[in-house]
Amino acid sequence: MALSNMTSDVEAIEETSSSVGKRVPNWVITTASVSIAVALWEIFGRDVNPIFGSYPSAIFVAFVKLLKSGQFLPAARDSAETLCLGYILSVIVGIPLGLLIGRFRVLEAAFGIYVVAGYAMPLVALVPLLVLWLGLGLSVKVAVIFLMAVFPVCINTWVGVRAVPRSLVDVGRSFVASDAVILRRIIFPAALPYIVAGVRLAIGKAVVAMIIAEFFTAISGLGGIIINSANNFDTATMFVPVVFLMAFACGLDALIGLIERRCMPWQAEIGGREGA
Amino acid sequence: MAGISLVGIGKTFAQRSKGRDTVIKVLDDLTFDVADGEIVALCGPSGCGKTTALRIAMGLEAPTKGHITVDQRRVKGCGHDRGIIFQHAELLPWLTAKANVMFGLEMKGIRGSAASDVAMSYLDLVGLSASAERRPHQLSGGMRQRVGIARALAIDPGVLLMDEPFGALDAQSREGLQTELLAIHAKTRKTIVIVTHDLDEAVILADRILVLGEGRLQEVIDVRLPRQNRDSGTLRAAPEFTDARFRLWQALHRNTSPIMVSGNSTDGIV
Repeated sequence: MALSNMTSDVEAIEETSSSVGKRVPNWVITTASVSIAVALWEIFGRDVNPIFGSYPSAIFVAFVKLLKSGQFLPAARDSAETLCLGYILSVIVGIPLGLLIGRFRVLEAAFGIYVVAGYAMPLVALVPLLVLWLGLGLSVKVAVIFLMAVFPVCINTWVGVRAVPRSLVDVGRSFVASDAVILRRIIFPAALPYIVAGVRLAIGKAVVAMIIAEFFTAISGLGGIIINSANNFDTATMFVPVVFLMAFACGLDALIGLIERRCMPWQAEIGGREGA
Repeated sequence: MAGISLVGIGKTFAQRSKGRDTVIKVLDDLTFDVADGEIVALCGPSGCGKTTALRIAMGLEAPTKGHITVDQRRVKGCGHDRGIIFQHAELLPWLTAKANVMFGLEMKGIRGSAASDVAMSYLDLVGLSASAERRPHQLSGGMRQRVGIARALAIDPGVLLMDEPFGALDAQSREGLQTELLAIHAKTRKTIVIVTHDLDEAVILADRILVLGEGRLQEVIDVRLPRQNRDSGTLRAAPEFTDARFRLWQALHRNTSPIMVSGNSTDGIV
């Protein structure tokens, strides 16, 4: 009796400390971290020769100048279009491909090796070839982004499918569900955390691929601004698209995280940090 | 309603360990009949193949030899004439309790408001209508298992197959669910095959207990409890309970051969 009282007291204390407790919200920690990093960059970046480096306030001034000159927005729109096209295409192709390879042994044996090899493909080396095939326009850029982003989506989906417990598949089989129904209603939702992880990884890949494409095909978009200002030794201006793209990728990632929490509330119940 | 028979069932698994292929014989020649509306418990030492037998009866596993009949008809693979209740409920974690029950119904072709109504009536039967919109991780172990029972019952199968359904629960939930299962059985008269390693559970629930060993049926124990009284305490106090439990205990001790137990535990993982 005394023992059970003790344990329940301990539980009660833990519960108050995690649910009511004065925990600092995540966004406050992130904001503080970014502010400190930017401040440090600002302080120490000023000592560096402006050709070799830059610092936040100079980059901001360059950003305003770019905006006023009317260069930035069309370039950003241009890049965003290509990025979205290639990225969405890679998600649309990568997820079903991963589902099929993960689910069916023969398909895995036949096509899995291309996916693994494709992930390690040195894409930069192949861009000139792609240009020969597809020209210098939109299609080659979309192709470069697609080739870079599709494999992480596919591999994560594949791994996710393999991680689905057989016992859940047995549930479908015991109710005489068809293969297609098992894939759609059991495998897919069960693998969703992995799939989302792949989709998030692919954002970064797609952004890098977009810049590569803009460097090596028709110079355009944000990649064009980077390469032109780098050639003029205008380092501050060069940093504008770099910082912008990093911020953009963070925003896109946060958006997917939000969708994930909205659409998969059960995931937070199953996993995650204690008290999170 | 339907009875179920296992006829000459054998099952071997090929296992590869340390580069050598070994064949493990889980079931040798298992034959038994379960009559319409009867409750039969499968007991036996760990690794005797009772879970494998149940999975074969469901159609989740194909037998190496022999066949299954339901209601005198030979069956192959899974069917809506049988429903299975897993040891760990195996609810789909992204669906609510109600949607989990509806999943089975939708697989049977019942959709929309019809499925919703049926699901609610079975959740009601297992006392969970208030928790219909909660997801599995918001439910206790006992409640999850009730949803599992409702899901299996909802498609109205003739035969209910249960794989150590209450084994993972605490003693109180287990007893509560045993009593409820008897009440549900009295209402629905389903044929029930239940795998259990719990002697009390086997005696309380079953009309007959089949003791497996070495891949075969070793002994059959008839349980004749005064069923007209379904109070768990009265049943446990009955001399028939003590008698059947002791006979089962003896049978299990006779059939626990150390050779079968050693090496692999085929139960649960296959």
